[in-house]
Amino acid sequence: MFDLSGKAALVTGASGGIGGAIARALHKQGATVTLSGTRAEALEQLKASLGERAHVVAARMDDPADIDRLAKEAEAAMGGKLDILVNNAGITRDNISMRMKDEEWEKVLQVNLTGTFRLIRASMRGMMKRRFGRVVNITSIVGVTGNPGQANYAAAKAGLIGMSKSLAQELASRGITVNCLAPGFIATPMTDVLTDDQKKAILGRVPADRLGTPEEIAAGVVYLASDEAAYVTGQTLHINGGMAMI
Amino acid sequence: MSDIAERVKKIVVEHLGVEAAQVKEEAKFIDDLGADSLDTVELVMAFEEEFGIEIPDDAAEKIQTVGDAIGFIKGTAKS
Repeated sequence: MFDLSGKAALVTGASGGIGGAIARALHKQGATVTLSGTRAEALEQLKASLGERAHVVAARMDDPADIDRLAKEAEAAMGGKLDILVNNAGITRDNISMRMKDEEWEKVLQVNLTGTFRLIRASMRGMMKRRFGRVVNITSIVGVTGNPGQANYAAAKAGLIGMSKSLAQELASRGITVNCLAPGFIATPMTDVLTDDQKKAILGRVPADRLGTPEEIAAGVVYLASDEAAYVTGQTLHINGGMAMI
Repeated sequence: MSDIAERVKKIVVEHLGVEAAQVKEEAKFIDDLGADSLDTVELVMAFEEEFGIEIPDDAAEKIQTVGDAIGFIKGTAKS
């Protein structure tokens, strides 16, 4: 089950904690992976640790031309095809709304939502032709529940869910599924910076009483990317230790 | 140039699964041949591949009948 041998996967934000785990898990299941992100050095390190079947194409998700180039170069690197696209790249610019600047709002929407749309659009053509595609968009629990200080991030992540449902309906007849995966609080360098008090407050809301691991997110991506999940589309898979049951 | 018309019709028959007799020049892809909007995008992609041309989006939107497709491709081949 969930064998991805012969499949070509592109993971954005692969230099981060969750993105790296996703890339490793897809690779372990047999997929060829292209790692994208802005930190070329971290991507090269991950590539080196994976060995064969791994490529790096650094790209900026706030640059339309760079996104088109990424889609083309990733396909070219993986023998002219792209079967699995995992949109994991994301940034935060947290601020309470009263103080949130236009740039903070726009930057987050541009990278997390618009960039993701552009990359999917650029990847769609080949998937349509081959009658196979798996698009997994990494959204967030806060896209559904909201979070103070993250109006921009929550809007972008909620936007991903609506966008995915629309794309899922457009593309289902071509063998392409489009789903979202919504992590809760996951132990990564991003959450390492939280204070003990902050962590305690978060855990008070998590029935599982611990942070999730990047590997637990990656396992969900492997499932959604698999042949076995062909009948699952337009869905949001929540992996959050019971923090929100929706 | 009739060769172009035949190749276009062949692609339409194969792609939409319709009878060759239905594929007249005035036949509309969506209204007469049962194509959906994604089918029309895929037909344009197939034409591009078959004839080694690029059909820009604004031109693609105007290609609504079999004759439109043949006309556009002939025009591109000449230029």
